[in-house]
Amino acid sequence: MARVVVDVMPKPEILDPQGQAVARALPRLGFDGVSDVRQGKHFELEVDDSVDDETLAKIAEGFLSNPVVEDFVVRRVDS
Amino acid sequence: MRVGAVTFPGTLDDSDTARAITAAGGEAVALWHGDADLRGVDAVILPGGFSYGDYLRAGAIARFAPVMGEVIDAARKGMPVLGICNGFQVLCEAGLLPGALLRNAELHFVCRDQWLKVENNATAWTTRYDAGAEIIIPIKNMDGRFAASQSTVDELEGEGRVVFRYVGGNPNGSLNHIAGISDPTGRVVGLMPHPEHAIDALTGPSDDGLGIFLSVLDSVVNA
Repeated sequence: MARVVVDVMPKPEILDPQGQAVARALPRLGFDGVSDVRQGKHFELEVDDSVDDETLAKIAEGFLSNPVVEDFVVRRVDS
Repeated sequence: MRVGAVTFPGTLDDSDTARAITAAGGEAVALWHGDADLRGVDAVILPGGFSYGDYLRAGAIARFAPVMGEVIDAARKGMPVLGICNGFQVLCEAGLLPGALLRNAELHFVCRDQWLKVENNATAWTTRYDAGAEIIIPIKNMDGRFAASQSTVDELEGEGRVVFRYVGGNPNGSLNHIAGISDPTGRVVGLMPHPEHAIDALTGPSDDGLGIFLSVLDSVVNA
């Protein structure tokens, strides 16, 4: 078994109003110095050793993300 | 003429869609997400709602339902397919329409009567409208902001595939005020507002939505 992390983020050119709302809230809460926030999704998958990188990429690109508006990064981490 | 209305887990507007089909003079056929069977329909509508709770992304899970394999095959063979609201999101996720529908720019759920301009009255779903007609029908969504690459938007505009455009204010921050689009054939159309809720002035802001359902019956008869 291995742990695989998939991070999905809106593409840079796609408006991210949720991230903007967080960024605007920070000064009101007394946290200064944060100039930008972008919000995405973080998936943690427990996978059998038989699952290869190509399959993981298919999962990330074909289902966990929408390539029209999102980028993704797949990485294996020590569990 | 048999027009199907698909029910996914979390679909809300299947009964109003069936009522609109019937009001237009068609035979409404209930289609079930788990059945890979279109029951011999001549056209299909994916109604609005929150299929699978909008988990992952709106429409992302419904897109893989057994019935969708049949819908995608039929659409590629020329069957008219309409996606309303969540149905539009499903069609984009399925790749039958370009772009994606994202969280409203103001982050609020929008529920109001909305003016639209009919930009293309040559699709299978819009021939009953005059070109440039302005209609008012309800809109109600959380994820209605049409987004796509600039090249995709340019292509849609250049080919006349923007079918409906918001007028009197953009409710969700959609690029170019886009409310609805079509595939290159004009037979697959998606829109965020809800024509099925505006078929009778007794229960909606107008009966402007009925033209959608009348149009597709015409297109099936003339096919």
